[in-house]
Amino acid sequence: MNLTLKIWRQKNHKDKGGFVDYKVSGISKDMSFLEMLDVLNEQLSEKGEDPVHFDHDCREGICGMCSLYINGHPHGPQQTTTCQLHMRSFADGDTVTIEPWRAAGFPVMKDLITDRSAFDRIQQAGGYVSVNTGGVPDANEIPIPKLIADEAFDAATCIGCGACVAACKNASAMLFVSAKISQLALLPQGQVERKERAEKMVAQMDAEGFGACTNTGACSAECPKGISLTNIARMNREYFSAVASSENT
Amino acid sequence: MSWVTKTFNSSLGRKLIMALTGLFLVIFLIGHVTGNLLLFKDDGGQAFNEYADFMTTNQFVQILSITTYLSVILHVIYSIVLTSMNKKARPIEYNQVNPPKESSWSSRNMGILGTFILIFLVVHLQGFWYQMHWGDMPKVTYDSGTYKDLFKIVVFAFQQEWLVALYVISMILLGFHLFHGFESAFQTFGANHKKYTPAIQFVGRAFAIVVPALFASMPLYIYFTLN
Ligand code: HEM
Ligand code: SF4
Ligand code: FES
Repeated sequence: MNLTLKIWRQKNHKDKGGFVDYKVSGISKDMSFLEMLDVLNEQLSEKGEDPVHFDHDCREGICGMCSLYINGHPHGPQQTTTCQLHMRSFADGDTVTIEPWRAAGFPVMKDLITDRSAFDRIQQAGGYVSVNTGGVPDANEIPIPKLIADEAFDAATCIGCGACVAACKNASAMLFVSAKISQLALLPQGQVERKERAEKMVAQMDAEGFGACTNTGACSAECPKGISLTNIARMNREYFSAVASSENT
Repeated sequence: MSWVTKTFNSSLGRKLIMALTGLFLVIFLIGHVTGNLLLFKDDGGQAFNEYADFMTTNQFVQILSITTYLSVILHVIYSIVLTSMNKKARPIEYNQVNPPKESSWSSRNMGILGTFILIFLVVHLQGFWYQMHWGDMPKVTYDSGTYKDLFKIVVFAFQQEWLVALYVISMILLGFHLFHGFESAFQTFGANHKKYTPAIQFVGRAFAIVVPALFASMPLYIYFTLN
């Protein structure tokens, strides 16, 4: 396959940046999208040019590090991570537009790399359970109904990639935050810090400059893990009941 | 900041105000459309005029009216607050956007739909509501007393093609606003559950079609049958 790539290039956080067109040829349909970019970067390095910077780590669809807004979709046209997107999703001769995630909460650092540490700070604000150390507890000591465990686990599959923010017209982080709140609110271990968690995580989400939700559903449709909108409804319940009843005046 | 101001300044608190005022306006629409059905009664407008008089003089209705005015004002203010917050959250737009088919057009254009509804509201209130309260109204006398003849004003207004067209188009836009808004308000309240969300969706979509259609039928009926 031969492709034209229209890629966002930006030297650093302060640079204005702009699109640059590249041609790649001899791309196999079985390559992953990131491997296709590796081919481009090899070409660029050989010419002594600065390779295109992009985030990636596991390349197995489990770490959430890869990103890229491809042809108007976060992680490209398939509902998966960019590292699991394959070139068979494109046709020979296509022009592929590649942009970084666009959000005030995710500033562009270089080319296609954004700083997603806002998610870490939201997580640190309350996305944990405090466990006192002591003897090893017995396995299965706390009974959890299978359906509840499944639902918590579904929420826990969120890999924190930020595609929900990238997909949302408001750059809202509510799908991510609601998945993290839900995962713990559903389980007995999460009850102790339940109210505090909802209040603090929502406050941090707002402080990071993400938008509000208009319930368009774009996030869930683009989420590589298919995190459901019912989590956002649960977050709203958690938050409203927390502010109405917590000790935090 | 007290917990109350903090809550209503949060993204979720602002959404809550949007949803509460929006749903109150939905309830208002039910009352408004039901009352206005009297326009179809073939009695030269007597029932409609008596009803309009009741709506402007009854104490309890006045409390509801004030709540409605407040809801519109808060709904509009918070739509501006939220829209500017949302715009700020994405300072640089994408070059190419392909929204997934799961996200409806209405849901992505609530602000534009709302702005047209607001323009319509100004024209609508100026034409009937302002006239009824402070305008120089014609009078009509029935056995039950003398009333302001709002029916005459309405019939006269809807002889104008452009106004009939404006009403019909605005009701279509209101339908789109409600097609997303009704369901969205419940999601904002945190009410999303496989047991009852299908029912909310059904009622919301039916409402978004039936109520604006009834409203739109009134100017059309008057234009084509009364003059
Ligand atoms: C009869 C008139 C109206 C009714 C019944 C109505 C109803 C609603 C409802 C139920 C919602 C959903 C709330 C939620 O998502 O939680 C909504 C959202 C919205 N309305 Fe209205 N509305 C009306 C007029 C207006 C006007 C005049 C404007 C603006 C000038 C407006 C702007 C908006 C916006 C921007 C949203 C989306 C807010 C967001 O989720 O980000 N609406 N409306
Ligand atoms: S909710 Fe989905 S899209 Fe958002 S961060 Fe988690 S995995 Fe990524
Ligand atoms: S690189 Fe780890 S999910 Fe894509």
